[in-house]
Amino acid sequence: MMRCGQDRETLAAYLDGELQAERGNALEQHLRTCSECAAEIAGMLSLRRSMRAAKTRFTPSAQFRQKIQSQAAAKRRGFRTFGTLSVAFAALAILVAAFLLTRQGMLRGDAYREIADLHTGDLASANPYDVVSSDRHTVKPWFQGHIPFAFNLPEFGGTEFTLLGGRLVYLHQQPAAQVVVGVRQHKISVLIAQDSAELATAFPLSTGVDLRNSFNVETWSNHGLRFFVIGDVEKPEIQHLAETIQSANP
Amino acid sequence: MDRVFFEQLAMPLFDQLYNHACWLTGDRVEAEDLVQETYAKALKGFASFAEGTNIRAWMFRILRNTFLTSRSGLAAQRTESLEDQGGTAEESVSHALTPEVILMRSQNEETLFAALESLPVNYRQIILLCEVEEMSYREIAQVLDVPLGTVMSRLSRARAGLRAALGANVSEEVR
Repeated sequence: MMRCGQDRETLAAYLDGELQAERGNALEQHLRTCSECAAEIAGMLSLRRSMRAAKTRFTPSAQFRQKIQSQAAAKRRGFRTFGTLSVAFAALAILVAAFLLTRQGMLRGDAYREIADLHTGDLASANPYDVVSSDRHTVKPWFQGHIPFAFNLPEFGGTEFTLLGGRLVYLHQQPAAQVVVGVRQHKISVLIAQDSAELATAFPLSTGVDLRNSFNVETWSNHGLRFFVIGDVEKPEIQHLAETIQSANP
Repeated sequence: MDRVFFEQLAMPLFDQLYNHACWLTGDRVEAEDLVQETYAKALKGFASFAEGTNIRAWMFRILRNTFLTSRSGLAAQRTESLEDQGGTAEESVSHALTPEVILMRSQNEETLFAALESLPVNYRQIILLCEVEEMSYREIAQVLDVPLGTVMSRLSRARAGLRAALGANVSEEVR
């Protein structure tokens, strides 16, 4: 973290061209007035320039190139009497179908692992929150200054849930709010991001609570926002928290 | 997919892959084995490569996975299994380093390379993928088979580690 509160990760993401336009513009404004951050960027840039030398540090020998070249090169084709066209097409169709199926499965799996990672990342961290408060009137405004969308938090007083804090995370490369809620000795993460075609594809909507990556997850979309509730508690508790969040964001 | 196509796509990556393999293994003979095995596996699995997907990320991923099961790859994992769980020590060192010091130190090629080599292989690799291969976070995520969030946090720790390593060299010389 810089003295002005800017985190280095964002500065680096800006330099790597990975910040969304809005946040990039805001950061550029900031760089005009913050000499510490500007110097930091200059340092990173210089490091990057010097790093270019690492690109050509090791060059392969001509012999080795030859070896790989002949390994990769096309052998003169000797067999071309491969069945009839229809057989070939059928085989191809099966291959494509199998590929698409596994790919889809992989994408889903990966996607939910990202959610699970965000949740467990919070559990493992010694300093898990950007904003620590049990007061929704503190947590909500903090997020408003950090993410490009707004959401409501319910009053947890009188329920079995306690608000623990929140932090800014990235979900599918989009900024997202992670609100952590405690119940007994367990923690549940509520992730909120702007809904997008990409999110919709990666995380198809479902009805009710699903078991994914050994966590119970419920997800829904509402007014352009996508919500995820994930934790290791029983399904009814995940569902109850989901309903509580839903009632605050009708 | 035919072999001519494979050759056309995969051979232009040869120099990059070799350089990367040397950085990972620190040894030219091992790097040659690694590259050779990567091409053999890629050729074998080329049927599963869908045209239009990113060949570079695909090849680097095969190289990475091959490395992880190699002798030096396994050794590296044994000693570095905890690396993604924090980096507070590195960060506290890096804070004491001014950008000017980093700037001065990084301009010395040998100092920079030594610092890079001193990093755990996971950190070294992610810095190389980002700074040298100029991959996007999404591509890096494909190569390393980790979520984007992990790319960002690991990259951040790796950079802090590099700064710390550059700084450590400074204090050694002053002594």
